[in-house]
Amino acid sequence: MSDSRPVSLPIVLPDLPPPPRPALLTRMGWTGLALFALLAVVVIPALHLGTAPSHPLHVSGYAVTLGGKILCYAIVAVAMDLIWGFAGILSLGHGLFFALGGYAFGMYLMRAIGTDGVYQSELPDFMVFLNWKELPWYWSGSDHLGVALALVLLVPGILAFVFGYFAFRSRIKGVYFSIITQALTYAFMLLFFRNETGFGGNNGFTDFKRILGFSITTPETRATLFALSAAMLIACLLLCRHLVTGKFGRVLTAIRDAESRVMFIGYQPLWYKLFAWTLSALMTAVAGALYVPQVGIINPGEMSPANSIEIAIWVAVGGRGTLIGPIIGAFAVNLSKSWFTVSFPEYWLFFLGLLFVTVTLWLPGGVVSLWSRLNGDKTS
Amino acid sequence: MTPAAITPATRPNDEDYGSANLGHLLVPDTLDISHKVILYLEGVTVSFDGFRALNQLTLTIDAGELRCIIGPNGAGKTTMMDVITGKTRPDSGTVFFGQTLDLTRMSEPEIVHAGIGRKFQKPTIFERHTVFENLELAVKTDKRVRHSLRARLDGLTRDRIDEALRTIRLTHLAHVQAGLLSHGQKQWLEIGMLLVQDPRLLLLDEPVAGMTDAETEHTAELFTSLAGRHSLVVVEHDMAFVAKLASRVTVLHEGSVLAEGRMEEVQNHPRVIEVYLGR
Repeated sequence: MSDSRPVSLPIVLPDLPPPPRPALLTRMGWTGLALFALLAVVVIPALHLGTAPSHPLHVSGYAVTLGGKILCYAIVAVAMDLIWGFAGILSLGHGLFFALGGYAFGMYLMRAIGTDGVYQSELPDFMVFLNWKELPWYWSGSDHLGVALALVLLVPGILAFVFGYFAFRSRIKGVYFSIITQALTYAFMLLFFRNETGFGGNNGFTDFKRILGFSITTPETRATLFALSAAMLIACLLLCRHLVTGKFGRVLTAIRDAESRVMFIGYQPLWYKLFAWTLSALMTAVAGALYVPQVGIINPGEMSPANSIEIAIWVAVGGRGTLIGPIIGAFAVNLSKSWFTVSFPEYWLFFLGLLFVTVTLWLPGGVVSLWSRLNGDKTS
Repeated sequence: MTPAAITPATRPNDEDYGSANLGHLLVPDTLDISHKVILYLEGVTVSFDGFRALNQLTLTIDAGELRCIIGPNGAGKTTMMDVITGKTRPDSGTVFFGQTLDLTRMSEPEIVHAGIGRKFQKPTIFERHTVFENLELAVKTDKRVRHSLRARLDGLTRDRIDEALRTIRLTHLAHVQAGLLSHGQKQWLEIGMLLVQDPRLLLLDEPVAGMTDAETEHTAELFTSLAGRHSLVVVEHDMAFVAKLASRVTVLHEGSVLAEGRMEEVQNHPRVIEVYLGR
């Protein structure tokens, strides 16, 4: 057998032009992002703080809190899209990571109350109520902001890593994975409902007074938290966009589309999934930590399966695998939620169900696919 | 069911098997083919619910050899590939890559890194990635997360991909979504994805299914040119294609080797005629 005989070709083809590489963001994307940053980090806080309530441009405290809350949800939606839209792993338990991040930061907020609680004790009120004499060991250090922030990342991060390692190593996929994540968040909810767990039982944490010495209810704190949430959303969006436009993202989508092929070209899908999964959980936890001081309460209800399902609905409505779509979805669904629950509270769940069915049947690409559809029609 | 014709010279002797105890040396590129044999299957049995897909299969492939495997449906051809690539674990028997690598103890990606590439019966490519991206994902490189996170396309990789694109004649479609390719082009893309991995052993399951005559011709030419540098195992139903490759042919039947030899020898083998015509 002669070696390395070149294969004959009828025509000599010219070399390729460089492959089109997706930029981190398009020009339009950067413009949009800059406008959003200006609006969320500068204009809205300035209008909230700098104008009188009677002023036509005044942004009310209610609006800032609602906006800040939805910004946190939008971070979760981006995190969910990384794992669902790009790796094809549907988590129905992301509410757990959100709540754990919230609880970890809530511990700091509880300790920051100091002796200003109802019982004027060093211990959080619920512990006094339970007749506990000292803090449980896992509360130690929680009066330091740094420790609390580390817990925000470590607790959900380690849980996600360990759970993900065993689930992905066992090659649990699809609906089975979704059901297990659902069971996981449900189990944690039951655990946190117990007073003995040491996280305030079904009341959770509330009545926060201050954060880093600043009163938690002042407009300044509110505007700062709002701006921080917006900045975190932008950071998460850019980080995810960076990941999915690189080779890592192409491996991830390849795993989503044909996992066995990915193995047969030499990749270990386990570590790719685990990286995306843990990162997603971390971003969700940070969102939870930003959420709690803004809404002023965290309780085990955040871990209810319905909450986690709602996260998936935001992403589906906005458009999976687009990163920007889930943000739009989170805003659209939550703004209509706050309108519905005031105007027609009994119809909200019907509307949510209808929305989900409609999008799944007629708009599988989500709201953002409308835009490309309209654009496509124009050019054709 | 006894293997009809295994050349005694290609059988590993017992002394060589002694070194096989070090089977889990997983360092890539340490394939030991000092005995001119790249793949050993010895007494491999695989049962599914009592059905013996492979029955005491013994087969050896020489380094640089191009081998065709034929056999009626259910003869165990695909199961054999599953065993070699780590997808299926044998109930008994040994599978060695070179002298030292025990494939039954390695995971799928480890086997790939050791130098075995596989093309599936149904073309499996990444339909939503472009042709170029498909090759980029397959190209031989560090495939750990850490590396992928900051991987940039370097000139060497580019050249390899360009070369593969020319070989599989898809240069003009490099930036087209792979899902839009014709069936034959998808087959080629998958072959290209094997080539850029630079495997020592290529397993090709029905590579010319759905190809036009011209495409089949080109594929035969390509495989012949690859032999020598690479070892190839081709499973095919297309007898004209097998004849064109002019290689050694192994006939599988009910999970073991029925006959082995040159195409015309095999075709005149009485048991082969019986199995093929007697059905």
